[in-house]
Amino acid sequence: MTNSSLPNADTAALADDDWLTSASNRHGYERAIHAFLLACAAVSVFTTIGIVVVLLAESLQFFREVSIFEFMFGTRWTPLFSEKHFGILPLLCGSFLVTAGAILIAGPIGLGTAIYLSEYANPVVRETVKPILEVLAGIPSVVYGVMAVTTVSPVIRWLFQSDSIFNALSASVVVGFMVLPMIVSLSEDVLRAVPRDLRLAAYALGATKLQVTLGVVTPAALSGIMASFLLAISRAVGETMAVTLAAGATAQLTLNPLESVQTMTAYIVQVSAGDTPAGSLEYRTIFAVGLTLFVSTMLLNILAQWILDRMREEYE
Amino acid sequence: MSEKKPIAHLTQGAPMGVVPPDGENEPGIDTRRRYLASDAFGVLCFLAMTTCLLALVGLLAMVIINGLPWVSWKLLSSFPSRTPENAGILSALVGSVWLISLTVLISVPIGIGSALYLEEYSKPSRWRRLVQLNIANLAGVPSIVYGILGLGLFVRAMSLQRSVLAGALTLTLVVLPIVILSAQEALRAVPKSIRLGSYALGATRWQTTWHQVLPAALPGMMTGVILAMARALGEAAPLLAVGAVAYIAYVPRTLSDEFTALPLQIYNWASRPQAEFHGLASAAIIVLLAVLILLNAGAVFVRSRYGKRVKW
Repeated sequence: MTNSSLPNADTAALADDDWLTSASNRHGYERAIHAFLLACAAVSVFTTIGIVVVLLAESLQFFREVSIFEFMFGTRWTPLFSEKHFGILPLLCGSFLVTAGAILIAGPIGLGTAIYLSEYANPVVRETVKPILEVLAGIPSVVYGVMAVTTVSPVIRWLFQSDSIFNALSASVVVGFMVLPMIVSLSEDVLRAVPRDLRLAAYALGATKLQVTLGVVTPAALSGIMASFLLAISRAVGETMAVTLAAGATAQLTLNPLESVQTMTAYIVQVSAGDTPAGSLEYRTIFAVGLTLFVSTMLLNILAQWILDRMREEYE
Repeated sequence: MSEKKPIAHLTQGAPMGVVPPDGENEPGIDTRRRYLASDAFGVLCFLAMTTCLLALVGLLAMVIINGLPWVSWKLLSSFPSRTPENAGILSALVGSVWLISLTVLISVPIGIGSALYLEEYSKPSRWRRLVQLNIANLAGVPSIVYGILGLGLFVRAMSLQRSVLAGALTLTLVVLPIVILSAQEALRAVPKSIRLGSYALGATRWQTTWHQVLPAALPGMMTGVILAMARALGEAAPLLAVGAVAYIAYVPRTLSDEFTALPLQIYNWASRPQAEFHGLASAAIIVLLAVLILLNAGAVFVRSRYGKRVKW
């Protein structure tokens, strides 16, 4: 009865497994090894539980002292000053400003590169450029931070005649270039996954390469491209070292990219690098900010994953 | 570009059934304009690619040019100092070696164990899908969040303080998803017939896994481990959150000693205003990148050398 309700493949797998389990149970240590491997796999589950428990436990204590309304809608963030305000909006604004700038830079350049590699370039160019980008994607983010401080920031100050060493723009530029390889590689994959028939059909109707690319291939791959952008956004929001070095530590509500801002990640670094005693309100702020960061990047990742999974089904 | 010619040939002259717009009597002009636009777009995309490569390579070149004058034996052999001329990365270098060795020792058994469980032992079930989804999500969690977890769990709750061990445990959590996912990929590449052959000879599941599947999957797993090492070597954010400080004028000797690491030293120097320290930061980056390139070369070597040994 129960077997007939299962799909055929599953029934076969189950039967297969039952036979093997009975064979392996002849040895006691087989079961011990099974238990050990299960424990290994459980580590990642416990990591997630650990993140949630640690973040929630400390945040809840934080919200016992600070109202959640002040946290979410307050426009001043000064937990380290004598006059304390706990509105996270300036930090969100800083993260948003840097991320938006990064995507404005990485989006068009990355998509253009992906289109060139997938539709225009010959295989030799493609096979050389992709590995180069992969190598560049492995460069540690603190290196990008140093690039921002030593090279990008002086250029920006000279270009815009501004005098602030730390500015959101130089952080945006380096974070943009940092997420570029990710956008290129993922977008190129989804563009190439568009079935060749679609391109050939469009060419047969007399379309040019431009029309085929923008009218047929890109729309077909659009959801995958969106997913790569979402992952890049999530990466930019969570990026820490480059923004800590480049954007400064002034938590303020501004949309001017030439000003110094503070992101959520930079705030966490600022507090934990200092000597805040455990259990104090300042110490707990980083858990509240960390929770906000965790939830927002998690949502972006899940959304991107969901889009990618749905796309995979469509083409199969 | 190669597909353009036959199509251009087809559309030369008046395309069948297409009325030229606005009484335009020369059918060639519109077609030519369309191809011009198409080629222009191609050039635009090519420019995007060159911008992308030039900017990245250019920025890297600037760092190397800045740092080269500071690279010396003294840099490698002295401790950090207030005076740039005497400053070095000895404690950071040794700290990084400590951290990476510990991280690999802890994360590789757990990571490969998880992969074996998921690929070889567990049946397709809701639990397995949940674990898999969870690992994919953990790979996308910002590393600073792991730092906060390390601070709350290892540094405070387990009271390991700012020790090498607390840092290594935190880095383990950061790289674990990378190790698991790459090990799973390596296991999936082993043909099912190898396992079935082993089972057919009466081998148990662990005998099959240990003697047949693992040796075959090892080169692929090694590349994943090296990738994880590279990641652990470059991570600074979680270590900062755990409370590691850059100014340490001694080499860690036990698991409970305080430590610093290369990326932390780089961060510390780069965040100072003086240009000399920026030069030092760039020089330390050169050392960091040199080690990273060595690791990557190792990965390529392992893949080419041991990848060939197992053949089916």
